[in-house]
Amino acid sequence: MRLTLDIWRQKNGADAGRFETYSVEANEHQSFLEMLDVLNQDLIGQGKEPVAFDSDCREGICGMCGFLVNGVPHGPENNTTICQTHMRHFHDGQRLRLEPWRAAAFPVLRDLVVDRTAFDRIIQAGGYVSVRTGSAVDSNAMLVQKNAADRAMTAAACIGCGACVAACPNAAAALFTGAKITQLGLLPQGQPERIDRALNMVAQYGKEGFGHCTLIGECEAVCPAKIKLEVIARMNGDFVKAVFSKRAEESAGGAG
Amino acid sequence: MALNSKIPSGPLEKKWETAKKEMKLVNPANKRKYTVIVVGTGLAGASCSASLGEMGYNVLSFCFQDSPRRAHSIAAQGGINAAKNYQNDGDSVYRLFYDTIKGGDFRAREANVYRLAEVSANIIDQCTAQGVPFAREYGGTLANRSFGGAQVSRTFYARGQTGQQLLLGAYSALSRQIAAGTVKHRSRSEMLELIVIEGRARGIVTRDLVTGKIESHLADAVILATGGYGNVFYLSTNAKGSNATAAWRAHRKGAFFANPCYTQIHPTCIPKSGDYQSKLTLMSESLRNDGRIWVPKKKGDTRSPDQIPEDERDYYLERIYPSYGNLAPRDVSSRQAKYRCDEGLGVGPSGLGVYLDFAQSIQRLGQKVIAERYGNLFEMYEKITGENPYQVPMRIYPAVHYAMGGLWVDYNLQSNLPGLFVLGEANFSDHGANRLGASALMQGLGDGYFVIPYTIGDYLASAPRGGIDAKNPAVQAAEKEAVSRAEKLLAVNGKRSVDSFHRELGTVMWENVGMARSKESLEKALKRIPEIRDEFWKNVKVTGTGAELNQELEKAGRVADFLEFGELLAWDALQRNESCGGHFRVEYATPDGEAQRNDADYAYVAAWEWKGEGQRQVLNKEPLVYENIKLATRSYK
Repeated sequence: MRLTLDIWRQKNGADAGRFETYSVEANEHQSFLEMLDVLNQDLIGQGKEPVAFDSDCREGICGMCGFLVNGVPHGPENNTTICQTHMRHFHDGQRLRLEPWRAAAFPVLRDLVVDRTAFDRIIQAGGYVSVRTGSAVDSNAMLVQKNAADRAMTAAACIGCGACVAACPNAAAALFTGAKITQLGLLPQGQPERIDRALNMVAQYGKEGFGHCTLIGECEAVCPAKIKLEVIARMNGDFVKAVFSKRAEESAGGAG
Repeated sequence: MALNSKIPSGPLEKKWETAKKEMKLVNPANKRKYTVIVVGTGLAGASCSASLGEMGYNVLSFCFQDSPRRAHSIAAQGGINAAKNYQNDGDSVYRLFYDTIKGGDFRAREANVYRLAEVSANIIDQCTAQGVPFAREYGGTLANRSFGGAQVSRTFYARGQTGQQLLLGAYSALSRQIAAGTVKHRSRSEMLELIVIEGRARGIVTRDLVTGKIESHLADAVILATGGYGNVFYLSTNAKGSNATAAWRAHRKGAFFANPCYTQIHPTCIPKSGDYQSKLTLMSESLRNDGRIWVPKKKGDTRSPDQIPEDERDYYLERIYPSYGNLAPRDVSSRQAKYRCDEGLGVGPSGLGVYLDFAQSIQRLGQKVIAERYGNLFEMYEKITGENPYQVPMRIYPAVHYAMGGLWVDYNLQSNLPGLFVLGEANFSDHGANRLGASALMQGLGDGYFVIPYTIGDYLASAPRGGIDAKNPAVQAAEKEAVSRAEKLLAVNGKRSVDSFHRELGTVMWENVGMARSKESLEKALKRIPEIRDEFWKNVKVTGTGAELNQELEKAGRVADFLEFGELLAWDALQRNESCGGHFRVEYATPDGEAQRNDADYAYVAAWEWKGEGQRQVLNKEPLVYENIKLATRSYK
């Protein structure tokens, strides 16, 4: 099949960027990124600069790939990364527009490559359990309900790709942040730091320039890891509880 | 040169305790005066950086991906072994040790493997405490599954995403240290050179992959946790970015490269579909718990699998290895799949495939149970192939997966180059000639959480601290090397893309140095690789400049190193006149096609020494001494 691609080309963060049009011959067994590999080989053959895009595992788990195809993060296949999307879902003569995640918190570095270090900083603000290496108790000394463990796993499946932000009209990172807060909040290990975690992660989220969540649900629709909107409700719940309990703590402070 | 493995004396089960007792310590107030560089943020690198940072060392961490959470450990699916014996089925530290040694075809060091088995239980506890959502039983305790090469159920798992969950656990611990300021991390930074001053590893040169800036970083010790070299075959289950550059650059600066010919070919991967293929995808070994592997008994049987009756199918693993059946180890299962396809019994359009069939398990357990165990893997298979494995059997074929070989290290995980430590897949130490499933995660985390925190202190306590700066001639020379290499790659301005050379190298490697090797095929590879390398340096086209985000330049540097490394891999395979584990020489096979070891002549670690550009590398041998186990023929029958 022959496809026409309008691809966002931008040399670096300072460049204004523009769409350029390419034509490529694709095959239904190829993955989407393999189709782009073929395009890049053609471009190199013509002495032109290939299109920069991120990818690593190409198995849908590392979270490194991702861009918009006709405005949809990771393209038309629901809950599937672009590296796992195969060309059998496209047809001859189709025209596709490829552009990077669009969000102030994810500046474009080049072409389809963006800077997602904001996500790392949100995790650094509290997406962990503080346990010293070597000081853990025996795993079976702490029983966890199967249901809680399963739900924690469902939330923990987030691959940190950023599609949720790219899909959101507000460029909110609520699904990403909520997924981590939910995973740890469902497990006994996560309880001691639950209050501070919610406050600190949400504060960092704001500092990074992500928008507010208005529960539109576009994020859930595109999430390759099938993270559910429920995690946002849990994040909001933890945050509200945290705000009030911190207030109580402050007023009790000073008494000695 | 004589290699000192520094294995502690005394009985096997006391060696690690003895070593810890005798190690020098760095007092808490002094730790922050030491700087340690850690390259890589996979299971080994992230766990190491997090642990050392928490202890108080000043850690500089680097990864080439856009975030430490992307490292390829994340793609490990099935699980992690530990000798917890939660199943009460006869597991013990000794049994895990023995299974691992046997699984490695008696080519690993006893003491290292025993220590790995010893710390395995602590790893599970550590990860659980971090909030890793391992699978649980209804009573709230941890669940286990079985894996290849073992007759006990000792594998802990988090659905089919165990690597992801363990890595995110280590990443969260690392993130906590980054926030605390003990670890300074740089993403999108690739190590291009090792800095060696007065015989010790004292720093690295990196390229900032966004700006192209080449910089030096100095430290009191350097730790490489940079993964394996499977991508020398171009098509492998490794991530696209996985490369051997850090290890190879260290090798060229004096670190010995051990057993490069030990490469694991994983039996259950999705077959290649065309020439544009960019990588191969693994289907977890855990699937072999419930999936049965078979081929039609009749050659060229074109019936759809459901039309082939039971008695016309050959469940060849169950037939040949009745006691391990479908859970025979990876090297053995891969070889048998190859034999079936060589006999013309392979399935699928290319004839390079065998069935992995779940029909009977689905009938026995119901689709819901199978979906709960392997749902994400079934989905992944369907996304790639367009076929629904709940209805038709999966088609699978072996693919390059893991590197057992790597930089040589002693018991303390230190290379022969003082101050250079190597962890995880990047070292050679624990898996011998073949790694058992669910043991890579164990080794990566064991090295990072529980070994290096002890052994690094022992080194630092008596090593020179600080006292070097960027003006040092060795630093300047290393930086110049990195800069001029990039310039050289850009200056060739030839006609062929980097990928075309990588594919060509990969084809030569797979066909001649792959699942079956012979003197003849290896000699052919050794003739071809230098020719490809020569053409590369005359005719490669690297677009763009060095002062920008340039993915072609990144790839070019890695492929240039693979073109040198591939030759060493073939040399190593040629000198090892025996078959063992993942190294199969067709001249050395038993009558029934199993690997024929030669313990009298080859029970050693082959550690290769760089002698300079254009020089033959020198083979150093570390004899493998077995004090506790008897070398036996490895049988899974």
